[in-house]
Amino acid sequence: MSDGVGLRACRPCVGAIMAKALVKAKERTIHLALFVCALVSIVTTVGIVWVLIKESLEFFAHVSPIEFFLGTKWAPSFFPQHFGVLPLICGTFLVAGGALVVAVPVGLAAAIYLSEYASPGLRRILKPTLEVLAGIPSVVYGFFAFTFVTPYVLRPLFPETDIFNAASAAIVVGVMIIPTISSLCDDAFRAVPRSLREAAYALSATRLEVSTRVVFPAATSGIVAAILLALARAIGETMAVAIAAGNLAKLTANPLTNVQTMTAYIAQKSLGDTPAGTIEYQTIFAVGLTLFLMTMAVNVIAQRVLKRFREVYE
Amino acid sequence: MVKVLESEAPARRVALDLPLVRIPDRGPQREHALPSSERVIRAEQLTIRYGTFAAVREVTLDIPSHRVTAIIGPSGCGKSTLLRAMNRMNDFVPSASVAGKLFFRGEDIYRPGFDPVELRRRIGMVFQKPNPFPKSIAKNVSWGAAINGYQGNLDDLVERALHQAALWDEVKDKLDDNAYTLSGGQQQRLCIARAIALQPEVLLMDEPCSALDPIATARIEDLIDQLKAQYTVVLVTHNMQQAARVSDRTAFMYMGELIEVDDTTVIFTKPTQKKTQDYITGRFG
Amino acid sequence: MTGATAVSSSLFMPRVQRRRRSGRAFELLCMLLSLFGLAFLAVLIGRVLWEGASWISVKFLTNFPSQMFPENAGIKSALWGTIWLMAITTLTAVPIGVAAAVYLEEYAPRNRLTKLIHFNITNLAGVPSIVYGILGLAVFVRWFRLDRSVLSGGLILCLLVLPVVTIASREALLAVPKSIREAAYALGATRWQTVRWHVLPAALPGIMTGIILAVSRAIGEAAPLIIIGAVTYVAFVPTGPLDYFTALPIQIYAWTDASQPEFHHLAAAGIIVLLGILLPMNAVAVAVRASQQRKKLW
Repeated sequence: MSDGVGLRACRPCVGAIMAKALVKAKERTIHLALFVCALVSIVTTVGIVWVLIKESLEFFAHVSPIEFFLGTKWAPSFFPQHFGVLPLICGTFLVAGGALVVAVPVGLAAAIYLSEYASPGLRRILKPTLEVLAGIPSVVYGFFAFTFVTPYVLRPLFPETDIFNAASAAIVVGVMIIPTISSLCDDAFRAVPRSLREAAYALSATRLEVSTRVVFPAATSGIVAAILLALARAIGETMAVAIAAGNLAKLTANPLTNVQTMTAYIAQKSLGDTPAGTIEYQTIFAVGLTLFLMTMAVNVIAQRVLKRFREVYE
Repeated sequence: MVKVLESEAPARRVALDLPLVRIPDRGPQREHALPSSERVIRAEQLTIRYGTFAAVREVTLDIPSHRVTAIIGPSGCGKSTLLRAMNRMNDFVPSASVAGKLFFRGEDIYRPGFDPVELRRRIGMVFQKPNPFPKSIAKNVSWGAAINGYQGNLDDLVERALHQAALWDEVKDKLDDNAYTLSGGQQQRLCIARAIALQPEVLLMDEPCSALDPIATARIEDLIDQLKAQYTVVLVTHNMQQAARVSDRTAFMYMGELIEVDDTTVIFTKPTQKKTQDYITGRFG
Repeated sequence: MTGATAVSSSLFMPRVQRRRRSGRAFELLCMLLSLFGLAFLAVLIGRVLWEGASWISVKFLTNFPSQMFPENAGIKSALWGTIWLMAITTLTAVPIGVAAAVYLEEYAPRNRLTKLIHFNITNLAGVPSIVYGILGLAVFVRWFRLDRSVLSGGLILCLLVLPVVTIASREALLAVPKSIREAAYALGATRWQTVRWHVLPAALPGIMTGIILAVSRAIGEAAPLIIIGAVTYVAFVPTGPLDYFTALPIQIYAWTDASQPEFHHLAAAGIIVLLGILLPMNAVAVAVRASQQRKKLW
C-alpha cells in the first residue's frame, strides 16, 4: 500500500471527523438549551419565594408576626391601622368551604356517573362538556354571580342577603372547580381494577353497592387528593371573588354577608395607586406569602396522597 | 427436543387413529340432552357477539347437577365468554349481545326483565386471577352475605366457608389481616370461600389455576373435587390434564362452536370428532 | 371439612326489589347532579346572551371604551391588548414549555435535580394566578423597569401557563412508544435527530392540545394583570411591546364593577366576545384529543 493511496483515503476521513465534531457540538448546544428551559420553572419558584419573603420581611419589621397572624382586625388603610390577617383568612375559607359544599357532591356524583353508569358514547360528550366549566374565565363567573346569582337566586330566598356576599362567590367558585373533582375522581375510579368490580358483581352486588362499597373505598386517597387540589384552586381564586364577595374584611360565619378574601384584598389594593415602599404596599406581599404558603401546603399534601394512590394501583 | 416431540406425536395419534378412521371431518354434533331433573343450566342455540364478532356460536349445552363440567379449548375459542354468560357477567361488556336462550333451572336468564342480581347469588364465580377485595380476610368472605341480607351469624358463616375452601387452618389466627397479605394460592381459595359463602347452587370457575404454581394448583383441584358433593361446578380450563383430572364431563369448544361434549373419559379416550381428537393429542392449541 | 354443614338458602333475604329501587334512585341522583353542572353552564350562557347580545355591533368592536357614554363604548383597545398578550405569551411559553418537556422526558438523567424540577412544575401549576401577578409586579414592572407594559403582562402570563404547556407536552411525549425511539437510534440518529424527526411529530397532537388549553387560560386571566396595574381605561391600541394596555377580561371586570346598569350590558357583550374566542378553542382541543384517542396508532 503506497502513501498516496493512504492519504487519498484519509481526506474524506478528515471531513467525516469534522462533521462528527460539528454534530456533537450541535447536540451539546441543544442539550444545554433544553436544560436551561427546564430551569425556568426553578427560577420562577425561586423568584416567587424571594419576592414574597423580601417584601414580607420589611413588612414584619414594622408589624409583629403575632399581630399579623393572630390579630382579629384588618384595617391597613385607616388610622389606627390594624394588621390582623385572620378576617381575610376567614373570608377565604368561607368562600372556599362553601365552594367545596357545592363542588364535592356534584363532582363526586358526576365522577361516579361517568365511570360506573354512563355509556361510552354519553361519556364522550359529558366529560368534555363538564370540563368547559373549568375553561370559562373567572371574571365571567364573577359577572354571573353578581348580576344573576345574588339578585335572582339568593335574594328571593334570603332577602337579608348583601349585594356583595360570600355565598354567591362560593357557588360560582364551586361550579368552577367541579371539573377538578369530577375529572380526578373519575380517573381514580377508573384506576380501580376491573377485577374488583367483577368480584363484587359476581357476589350479586348491585351497581350501587359496587360503586359505594367497592369502588369508592378503593379510590379514597384519589378522592381526597382531588378535593384538596380543588380546595387549593378555590383558595387562590381571585376575580370571581373580588367581584362578588365584596371587600369588607371581617370575622364572620355568615355567608350572606360582605366578606373579603386574601385574593380580593390583594386585587383591591393593587387597583388603587399604592406607592411602593409604604407599609400598605408591603401588605400585598405579606398577604400574598400567606396565600402562597397555604395553597402550597394543600397542594403538596394532595400530591403526596395522590402518589400513594398511584403506588397502589399502577 | 423438537425431534422427540415430532416422533412422539404421530405415535400417539396412531394409537387413537385406529378406531376413528370412519369419522368425517365435521360430522353432526352429538346431542347429549340430559333429563331436565338432572340439568341445572341449559344453553340453547346460544350465540354471543362482541360487536359483529361471534365469540360463541349456536351452542347447545346442558350442565348436569352436582358434577364438575369442564369446558376446554384453545385460547379464544369462546369458553370464557360462554361461562361468563351463565351469570350474566357479559352484561358489563358494552358491545356484547346475546341471541338464543340460556336457562337456569328452567328459567331463561336472558329474557327481558330478568334480574341478574338474584341470579348471581345462586351462581357463584371464581376468576382467572385471584381478586380479593382490599379488605380483611373475614370481610372478604362475609361481604357478599352481608349485602344479601344474611340472617344468620356472619362469623359462623365465615368459618364454615373458609373450612369448605380448605383455608381455615391457615388463616384462623389472622382473620382481620388484609387479604393482600395472603399468597396467590391462598387468595384464590379465599375467593372460592367468598363465592361459596353465598351458598350458590352453581360455581363457575374461569381458569382458576392459571395464575398459580403447581402446588397451589393441586390444592385447588382437590378442593374442586370436594366441592362437587354440594355444588354444581363449571370449570373453564386450557389445561387438558386438569380437565381430565377433576371433571366428570368435558365440553370441547373450537372457534366459538361447541364441537363435542361427553363424559370426560369418553372425550379423552374415544372422541367422536376429529377436531377434539386433534386438540387432545396436542396437534394444535 | 369440619363443620361444613350446608346452610339453608332461606337464611338470605336479598331484598332484590328494594336494592334495585335504591340503585335506580342513586343513578338518578348521580345523573341529576352531573346535569346540574351542565344546567348551570346553560343558564350562564343564556343569561350572558340575554344581557349582552343586543349590544354587540361593529361599533362595539371598533370603538374605544367610554366612561361616560355606554352606548358608544367598545372593546377595540381590549381586543388589541388581548391579541398582543396572546402573541407574547404564545411566542415565549410554547418554545420554553415544550423544550422543558423534551429535556425532562428525553434528556434528563434520573437525578435529584430532575426530580426537583418535576416536583416544582407540578406545584407551580397549583400556585394561584394572583401570586404570579405579585412576582411580575416586583420583577418585570419594577426591577426590569418594563412598567405596566403589555410585555410585562405577556411575560407574567407566560410564566403562568408554562407548567400547563410543560405538563401536557410531557404527557404527550410519554405516550410515544419506546419502539419509535429505538428504531431511530438503531438507524444511527443522534438524540436530537430522533426527537426532532420522530418523537415530536408523534407527540404533536397532544402538545397542540396543551398549547390551546394554555393559551385559552391566558386569554381569560385578569387577576395577575390587575396586580401589575394594567390600566382599565385605555383609549389607544398598543403599538409596541412597551405600551400600556388593557385586555378583554380586565375590561369586563371594569364594566361589571361600574355602578350604572348599562355597563353590565357592556360587560355581558364583552363576555360574549370572550367566550366566542374561548369556547371554539376548547372545542378544538377536545376534538384533537378525541381524534387522537380514536385512531391511536399504538
